[in-house]
Formats: sequence, C-alpha cells, structure tokens
Amino acid sequence: MIGLSANAVWVLFSTLILGTAAGIMGTFAYWKRQSLMSDALSHAALPGVVIGFLLTGEKHLPYMIGGAALSALIGAIFIHWIRSSSRIKEDAAMGIILSVFFGLGILLLSLVNRMAGAGQSGLDSFIFGQAAAMVAKDVWVMLGLALLLLGIAVFAFKEWKLYLFDPAFAQGLGLSNRWMNGIYLFSLVLVIVIGIQAVGVILMAALLIIPAVSARYWTHSFGWMVILSAMFGGGSGVVGTLLSVYGKGWPTGPFIVISAACLFLVSLTLGARKGLIVMAIQQHRQRRLLLKPRPRDQQAMERGRSA
Amino acid sequence: MSYAGWIILTASLVGISCGLVGSLLLLRRMAMMADAISHTVLLGIVTAYLITRELSGIHMLIGSIVAGLMTAILVQWLHAMGVQQEASIGVVFTSLFAIGVVLIATKVGNAHLDVQHTLMGEITFIPWERVELPGGWGIPEAVLMLSIVLLINLAVIIGLYKEWKITSFDPALAASLGLPVMLLHYVFISLVSVTTVASFDAVGAILVVAMLITPAASAYLWTDRLSVMMGLSGLIGVLSAIFGYYIAVWLDASISGSMAFATGVIFLVSIVLSPKHGLLARIIRPASI
Repeated sequence: MIGLSANAVWVLFSTLILGTAAGIMGTFAYWKRQSLMSDALSHAALPGVVIGFLLTGEKHLPYMIGGAALSALIGAIFIHWIRSSSRIKEDAAMGIILSVFFGLGILLLSLVNRMAGAGQSGLDSFIFGQAAAMVAKDVWVMLGLALLLLGIAVFAFKEWKLYLFDPAFAQGLGLSNRWMNGIYLFSLVLVIVIGIQAVGVILMAALLIIPAVSARYWTHSFGWMVILSAMFGGGSGVVGTLLSVYGKGWPTGPFIVISAACLFLVSLTLGARKGLIVMAIQQHRQRRLLLKPRPRDQQAMERGRSA
Repeated sequence: MSYAGWIILTASLVGISCGLVGSLLLLRRMAMMADAISHTVLLGIVTAYLITRELSGIHMLIGSIVAGLMTAILVQWLHAMGVQQEASIGVVFTSLFAIGVVLIATKVGNAHLDVQHTLMGEITFIPWERVELPGGWGIPEAVLMLSIVLLINLAVIIGLYKEWKITSFDPALAASLGLPVMLLHYVFISLVSVTTVASFDAVGAILVVAMLITPAASAYLWTDRLSVMMGLSGLIGVLSAIFGYYIAVWLDASISGSMAFATGVIFLVSIVLSPKHGLLARIIRPASI
C-alpha cells in the first residue's frame, strides 16, 4: 500500500482481524443481553496486564494476554458471585468490579512506572490502545487467537444459535448449558484480551457493542447479523487505524470507535430493516392508509365487515 | 492544614457527595448509567474548554450537566428506537468518550487537560492550587468546589427526599400520584453529572464510579433504611478515602487507584460480615429460620 510502512500493513491486518472477531462475539453478547458485561470485563483485565508485565519485567505479549485473561475471568466470577450470593443486582456488581479492578490496575501501573526503565514500557498504551506499537510477533499471537475464535463461532454456529435464543430447548436437546456458558465466557474474554493492545481497556467494549447494534438495523436473520457485524467491526478497525497512523502517534482506540460510531449513524438512518427512514416511510404509508384507504382495501374491509 | 490533611479532606468530600447520590443510583438500578455519565462528562469538559479556552469551575459544571443530560436523553431515545437498554448505554457513552479523547489528543494537547489527568485525577497537586477566601485564608480550589457541590447535593436531596424515594421504589405509584417522574429523573441525572465533575479532579473519570457505586452497595448490605443507607455510604466513602490514602503512602503508589481499591476491600468485608445478608450470617443462621 502506498505511503504505509511494512509494520503499518501488519497493524492494519491485525485490527481487521480483531474487528471481525469482535463483531462476531459482539453479536453473541448482544443476544445474551450482556453488552455491558464486555465493558466490565475489559476494565477488569487491566491488573492482569500489569501483573503479566511485572512477572517478566518486559513487554512480553503472551504473558500479558495470559494475565489479562486471568484477571478478566476472576472479574467475571466475582460478578457472578456477588449477584448470586447477595442482594446486589447485576448492574451494580458490574460497576463495582469494573471500577475496583481498574483502580487496582492503576495502582499497580503507578508502581511499575516508578521502576527504573519502565517508563518506556508502553504499558500506558493498554489504556487507550496503540496499535502502532505492535510488532509482527504480536500480530501472529493475535491472529492465532482470533482464528481460534472464528473456528469456535463457525464450527458451533448451530449450537450458539440454540443457546442464545432458547437455552431451555437447547438443554432439552442435551446441550450442556454449563459448558456453553463456559465457552461463551472464554470466547468473550479471548476477544477482549486480543483487543486491548490495539483499542485499550476502556474502549474495547465499544468494538463489541457498536457493530452488533449497527448490524441489527439491516437484517432480521441471526446469520446475516453475525456476518454484517463482523464486516462492520473489521471495517471500523481498518479505517480507525488508518486515521491514527496518518496522525502522528494518536491513540488507535478512539479512532476505531469513532469509525464504528459513524457506521452506526449510517445504519440508524439508512438501515433497511429498522432504520429511521424506512420506519418513517412505513409510518407515513400506514397513516395514509388509515385516513384514506385505497378502493381495493376499502372493498376488502367491507367484505370483512359483512362476513 | 497539612498536605495529607487536605488530600484526605478532598477525598472525604468526594466520598460523602458520591455516597449520597450513589445510594439513589443503586436503588434506581442506574449503576451502569453512572459509569456512562462519568465517561461522557469528559466530552462536556473538553467542549467547555474549547469554547471558553479556560478551565474554570462554572464552565466545567455547565459542560458536565449538558453532557450528562445528553447521555441520558440519547440512551432513552435509542432505547425507544428498539435497541436494548444495555446496548444503547454502551453505544452512546463509548462514542461520546472516544470523541472526547480524540479532541484532547488533537486539539487540546498541551493544555492543563490531558487524558491521564482526566482518567486518574491529580489529587497529588490539589493542596497547592489554592484560592483566597474573603476570610483571608486560602483553601484548595477543589475543596471549595466540592464543598459547594456537597451543599447543592444535600439541599436537593433533602428537598426532594420523599419524591425520589417514591420514584425510586415505585415509579408507577409516583406517576399515578401526579409526580413528574421524568423531570425528577433528569434533575437526578444533573445531580449525578455535577457530582461526577466535581469529584473528577480528585479521583478521575473512572475511579469516581468506584466512589459512586461501591460504598453505596456496601451500605445496602448493612441496612434497609434509605436515610441510614445514605449516611452509611457517605461514611464508607470517607473511610475508603483515609484507608486508600495510607495504602498509597505505604506503597508509594497512585492515590486515586488505592482509594478505588479500598472501596472494594470494604465491600468485600461487608459482603462477608453483614448481619442480615452476609455470608457468615447465612452460615451461622440456617435458611430455614
């Protein structure tokens, strides 16, 4: 590509993959009605990232991803535990875990930043994302994990659909709900941890939520929604990264999110299924039909009345 | 007053204000809405700064109220358009926050406002940024602003106490009694925004969520009375501030991070020890009684 270094091409490729994976998982989370869970879990990943760094003493991606996954999972378990063992509701439990884990992350981060030579560790980039800081090795790790996720989504698509829309029926057919819950949580955490380096812990949730909501405006079919959401996610990943690469050292995350938000606005107005314009036309047509029925409809109505 | 004294006082004021508002937030199931508002307030502050080119208290307050109300209205509107409540919160606050961050990164850059500051607060520097009061003695600007906001909070909550109690516990009854439920809701949102922005300087955008939700949730485990819950969550906020400050001094780490962590520790203690709903109480007194 013109004007882009080899590294930038790698970075673009990785945000494309990441956006695609997040779009798919985001659709699942949308139908599980757990959009904000992804927000809580991505914030909860921060202490793990820093601890992963502390253990190795350098920026070694596999350790940090492992730490992030572990601390996000602990966060998820805590949320579940608070909700089931006390009278605190789920939204408050998410708020508590989100803020307390993030606070712990900031606490640890300030300790690390005080250590000699850690100023250049680039740990701060995990907060807002700095895709440009990635190297080819990081991209390979991301690629591997994203492919694993794609595999899980495609291979068990039928099971996902059942599990999301009718868990009781799925259980009746012999699909273990406990296993599906486990796989769902595992995949959600996976997509969060591969995304936090590019998008940052704060805005990672956006990449899971916005493409799915946008795709909802175009189709009523679950399969198409997954595909569209993946495309929207991948598209915003690429556009956001390009914008941030052309600006000098701007954080990647916010630009990816803004691209996704623009796609959302387009979907909201132009969407073929529930978009504002389509809805307005339908409403207008129905109102006219009610006030001044066409002769054919009038005949049909009269026939109905006499029958 | 000593340096540590000012910091603890600032954080305690944050704790009390947030405790009062947080109790209502928790009961109205708006915990994640608070998270959303604490993020979008950033956009309000940046916009206010870009328009007026200065960072003064009153501009920040107005900017934050506008941002908070805008968040609430947009979420409400998207929800009415058929998007799930959770998802519409997620779409709105992440987009607005991203715009705020981009504006800071590209337009404001070198000013007093930077992303790090807005996220984690600058409580360390608060004791030095003083204003002179008519009495002739200087107090930190943040303390002055937080005291004013605390007074506003107290006045509005005492004034609207029974109205909010009824709209929080039984909105349908409130509506049938002729109370303006939506107006009360938006007044409450404004109060949350004002509290958030005033606490912002001290603890930052994300840690203010810790102060809003966690002490209130801890207090909720100790009592069944709203008035007691408000007082208790303010007290827990103050305790977290003191406890957090000494953790930070001991480890030489981020003060705001330690305070958020301290609220979590107190919550953990509450969930284990609470007399009625705690884990220990449940083990000692079997469910059959």
